[in-house]
Amino acid sequence: MRTTARSALCLCALLAASSRLAAQDTASRGVRIGLSYDPGSKPGVVVLPVNGAGADSIRAILSRDLEFGDRVSVITLDAAGSRGAVRAGAPNWPLLARLGAAAAVQVTPTAEGFHLAVYNVATRQTALVRDYAARAAGDARGWRATLHRVADDLEEGMTGTRGIAATRVLFERGRRIWVVDSDGEQATPVSDPGTPASAAWHPDGRSIAYSTYVPSQIVVQEIGGGARVVASGAGVFISPAFAPDGATVLYAHGVDDGVDLYAVPTSGGSARRVSVGRGSDNVSPTFSPDGRRIAFMSGRAGHPEIYTMDADGTNVDLLTPLDLAESAYRASPDWSPDGRLVAFQSRIGGAFQLMTVNLRDRGLRQLTSDGRNEDPSWAPDARHLVFVSDRSGTRQLWVLDAESGRTRQLTRGAAVRLPAWSPRLAN
Amino acid sequence: MNHRATTVSLLALLSFSTAIGCRRKVEPAPAPSTGAPATSAPTDEAAARRRADSLAAASLAQRRADSIAAANAAANSAEGQRIQAELQNVLRQRVYFDYDKDLLRDDAATLLDAKAAVLLANSAVSLSITGHTDERGTAEYNLALGQRRAAQVKRYLVSKGVSDERLATGSLGDSSPLSNGTDEAAYQQNRRAEFVPRNADRALVRPQP
Repeated sequence: MRTTARSALCLCALLAASSRLAAQDTASRGVRIGLSYDPGSKPGVVVLPVNGAGADSIRAILSRDLEFGDRVSVITLDAAGSRGAVRAGAPNWPLLARLGAAAAVQVTPTAEGFHLAVYNVATRQTALVRDYAARAAGDARGWRATLHRVADDLEEGMTGTRGIAATRVLFERGRRIWVVDSDGEQATPVSDPGTPASAAWHPDGRSIAYSTYVPSQIVVQEIGGGARVVASGAGVFISPAFAPDGATVLYAHGVDDGVDLYAVPTSGGSARRVSVGRGSDNVSPTFSPDGRRIAFMSGRAGHPEIYTMDADGTNVDLLTPLDLAESAYRASPDWSPDGRLVAFQSRIGGAFQLMTVNLRDRGLRQLTSDGRNEDPSWAPDARHLVFVSDRSGTRQLWVLDAESGRTRQLTRGAAVRLPAWSPRLAN
Repeated sequence: MNHRATTVSLLALLSFSTAIGCRRKVEPAPAPSTGAPATSAPTDEAAARRRADSLAAASLAQRRADSIAAANAAANSAEGQRIQAELQNVLRQRVYFDYDKDLLRDDAATLLDAKAAVLLANSAVSLSITGHTDERGTAEYNLALGQRRAAQVKRYLVSKGVSDERLATGSLGDSSPLSNGTDEAAYQQNRRAEFVPRNADRALVRPQP
């Protein structure tokens, strides 16, 4: 399904530098689109007006998804443009060309869901037609989720990289775990009220893990389902993370002799100690995408720094260049889904800022400077990050495009913390 | 106790004699044939009144003495209560930490020495120790730091002879600040260990100096 969409659209055809894409173009069963744009620039897209039930919100959601994806440039039509963009049911090619659009998309509501049409402006041809089944009225979340998948298909077709519209973000607010769609809509509590913190996604996107501090435990819960305790007892239980195969939950635990990382089967069972901190604090584990390495925060050098180790706890290595300044504080690592970077927070000039460290050359890059910024979590595209910032006055979730530096506010209202971006969600 | 019993009997006697006096007053006048009763009756009545008055005076004096004794006793009991409150306070008093540290400062050690003495004098009492942090670090690291602070406190008390199993440790990290301020004074209030005594409802024994 996805492959078909990509090869059929082929708006990325002139990215000849990419042999992968070129090969796909050759094998394409769809329409070859002689789309021409400068590599590195974003293709312009016009979301055409449609008629029918919920048409305006369909167009708004889709436009916003494409906008938030940061990979295509959504060309906004004024009122006159909107009226003139479709003539006699067909795209107004000269107008679209004048606007600099590489493609135009049109999503029409149908009895079963949505009908998608994508047009190549240069060739004046229909590049793709597809129907999507959307849940019946009343299931706002399912309906929106389908529309987000339409946006992701479009992005994948136009740029070769799948979008992140059909994803969600977990966070803690008011002593509950919440989940919100990637566009900031549909915020819903997931956990019961209590003392939950540090929610993490299972790789299948259907269940989550989180810690509670009263009582002290690690909980695994299906979204919309029941919760079960996988680790509990005296002392603290902190910061769970699923291994990429989903079979293991790694978490931090300690009583009277420091806090170390432990692994327990997701299905339950006995825990095994992984890190050897010798009385220091070791928390916030994150797996490399291949599951072989773990990055974590440790206070073993006297202040918090980011370390890596093998999944069995051997070969410990300091990842962040040791900073001997008294204020040094590096924490909250999150390994990027493409395996190249670890994002973390570092105290700079008295406030936390987001940074990345490159796994290959240990190169550091500072991503934020406005306010206090913490708890980064990568989107599945390894390009966007969700994080907590107080730049608007209260702690809210923000999304950063690490490539362009563009930010947007994801949550509003009561203060939040500890976000976790989901993998791509099946439905 | 003796005083109180005496007071009660004196009061009883007083009311009894008053009753007698009253009854006499309301009695119908004796028949005139008995002779000279009119002169003797007032004399008896005055004597009875005098006796009652003196009994009442004695009772009043006694009551005054008793109330002083009772006040003394109450004072003694208040002193006892004050000591109990102080012992509870010693067990509950918070200790404070420096930023990102679990080391015990001198002020903390002094407070913990006093706690250890009370715990050693009251072997049934156990103590829950909860570590807290200010809001400046990460939530996850702060839970660990709070636990490290609680554990450090426990280690100190154990070193003073308190047995391990009477001391439970936990952490609330930065989730339960005492002050919501964002200056050092507020942060200092929040970097602390809190104590909840268990099995300390009965009267505590004061440690010998």
